[in-house]
Amino acid sequence: MLQVVCIKQVADTETRVKVGADGKTLDSAGITWILNPYDEFALEQALRVKEKLGAGEVVVLSLGGPGVATVIRNALAMGADRAIHLKTDVVQPDALAVAQALAQEIQALSPQVVWLGKQAVDLDQAQVGPMMAELLGLPCVTVVAAIEIEGSRAVAEREIEGGREVVEVDLPALFTTDKGLNEPRYASLKGIMAAKKKPLEEKPVSLAAPGIELLGMALPAPRAAGRIVGSGVAGVAELVRVLREEAKLI
Amino acid sequence: MSILVFIEQRDGAIRPVCREVLGEASRLATSLSGRVVGVCAAAADPGLAGLGDAGASEILLATHDAFRFYEPSGMVKAVVAAVEKVAPKAVLFAASSMGRDLAPRVAARLGVGLAADCTALAVEGGRLVATRPVYAGKATQKVSFARAPAVASLRPKLFAPMAGGNGNAAIVTPLPIAYDPAAVRARVREIKATSAGVQDLTEADIIVSGGRGLKGPENFHLIESLAAALGGTVGASRAVVDAGWRPHADQVGQTGKTVSPKLYVAVAISGAIQHLAGMSSSRCIVAINKDPDAPIFKVADYGLVGDAFEVVPALTEALTRLHSQG
Repeated sequence: MLQVVCIKQVADTETRVKVGADGKTLDSAGITWILNPYDEFALEQALRVKEKLGAGEVVVLSLGGPGVATVIRNALAMGADRAIHLKTDVVQPDALAVAQALAQEIQALSPQVVWLGKQAVDLDQAQVGPMMAELLGLPCVTVVAAIEIEGSRAVAEREIEGGREVVEVDLPALFTTDKGLNEPRYASLKGIMAAKKKPLEEKPVSLAAPGIELLGMALPAPRAAGRIVGSGVAGVAELVRVLREEAKLI
Repeated sequence: MSILVFIEQRDGAIRPVCREVLGEASRLATSLSGRVVGVCAAAADPGLAGLGDAGASEILLATHDAFRFYEPSGMVKAVVAAVEKVAPKAVLFAASSMGRDLAPRVAARLGVGLAADCTALAVEGGRLVATRPVYAGKATQKVSFARAPAVASLRPKLFAPMAGGNGNAAIVTPLPIAYDPAAVRARVREIKATSAGVQDLTEADIIVSGGRGLKGPENFHLIESLAAALGGTVGASRAVVDAGWRPHADQVGQTGKTVSPKLYVAVAISGAIQHLAGMSSSRCIVAINKDPDAPIFKVADYGLVGDAFEVVPALTEALTRLHSQG
C-alpha cells in the first residue's frame, strides 16, 4: 500500500513573531524551523499502518524553499521510505495554489492514503488537506483523533463540538490528523544514518495564481495592563466584586 | 450584491453559531445594498424560516436523508448550486468543525481562495477585506480575494447575532441538486458525545483552565467545580495535556484550541507564549497563580496571587453562595 504524507516546515511554536520588511510575512531572522507538529502525527500514523501491514511504501511530499530539505531528512529518519521536494522560492505560497501543486503530484503517485496534519501552526488555515481531497476527488476526514484501517476501509473519529463523529471511509482517502492520535516516535541514530541514503527527489514547481491576496501582517494591540486585585483567600471577595460590578460577567 | 451563508444543522438542529455568521452577513449586505441568502442541506427543514429574525431573507434548502449528519460531498454540491443560483459577492461559513471542513472544499471546487477563521470582515473600496489571526493569534493578517466569490469562515463567539430581529420569516426555497448517495465514500456512522450538555471550548462563554501548578490529574476537580459554579467549560494548558492529565480536546494554545470566551480564568498556568496565543483574544482574563511574576499576569485583566489549592475552593464557594442568593 502506497501512502503519501504531506509535510510543512514551520516556525517553532515558541517563536516571538515579528513582521518582516515586506510588511506582510514573518521576519525570518533568528527563527528555529521545525516540522509542523500536526504533521508528525500524520507521519507516525502512516508508519504504523505500514508496520501493521508489514509491507508498503511511505512517501513524504513537501513544497517549499531549500530549507525544507532539513524537515524532509528528519521525516526520512523517522522511517519514511522516500521523499519528493517540490521546490519554489515563493516565501508564503497561496493555499489553493499549494493544494493544486500537491494534488497534481499525488495524482501521479495514486496512493491509497494521503495524510496531512490538521493545520500548519503558522498560518492556521487548515485548508490544504480538504482542498486537495476535493481536487483529487477523494473522500476525506479532517481532524482525525482515532483511526482503524482494515483492508480497503477505514473508520475514523473526528473531533467536533462536544463529541466525535465516527466516519466510515472507503479507500483511497485523505485524512488530516489531530494531536492525540498517536505518540510520534523520535528518529533513531540508525534511522538518521539510513535517511542519508534514502531517495530525495527534487522537482521545481510552478504555482498557479493565488486565490488570496495578502495585504499585510500586524501584531495585535497589546492588552491593556490589568491589575492584581489581591492575594490569597483574602482576595477572593474583591475578585468576585470586580467580576460582578466592573466586568459584569457574573 | 448578496451574501450567501452556509446554515449548519446536525441531526435536525440548526447550530446557533449560524446566527453569528448571519449577523455579520447582514452588516456586510447593508453596506453592499444586497441581501442575505442562506443555503442549508438537511434531511428535512430544521425550522429555517425562523432565521429571518437572524437576518436571512431567503434560505435555499437541499433535502436528502443522507444529510441528517455532516455529508461533505453532498453539501459541497448544495453550496456550489446556491452559488450558481445567487452569484453572491461572498460565501460565509462558521469556522466550526463543519465549516472548517466544508469551506476549503467549496473554495477548491469554485477555484477561489478561502480566508479561514476570520475575526473581522469589512468592505473597503467595494472589495471585501478579511482579518485573520496567524501563528495562533501572535499576529494578524489582512487579506483580500483575487477572484469572486470571496469565501471566508468566521471564528465563533466574535460576531454578534442580529439584536432583536425584525420578526420576518425567511422564505425557504427548495434547492434541487444532482446527488447520488451510492457514490458517497465517507459516511458518518454515529456521533459519540464526549461531554453531554457541556459547551465546546470554542463556543463557550466562560472557560476555566488549569495548568501544571495543580500537581496532578486528581486535583482537576477544583477546576471542574469552579467551572460548574461559573457555568463554564474546562480547559487545560499544553503541559497538562502532554502529561496525560487531560484529553487533547481540552487544550488551549497554539497546538490546541484558540478561544475567545467572555471570561477566561487561568488557574496555576504560568502563561507560556504558545498558551497566551490561544487565549489572549478573550474579552476578560482572570489569572490565579502563586507566582506574582508569572507571565500570565501581563495579559490578565484581574489577577489574584495565591495558592490555587486555597483560592479556588474559596472562589467556588463564594460564587455558589452568590448564585444561591439569586
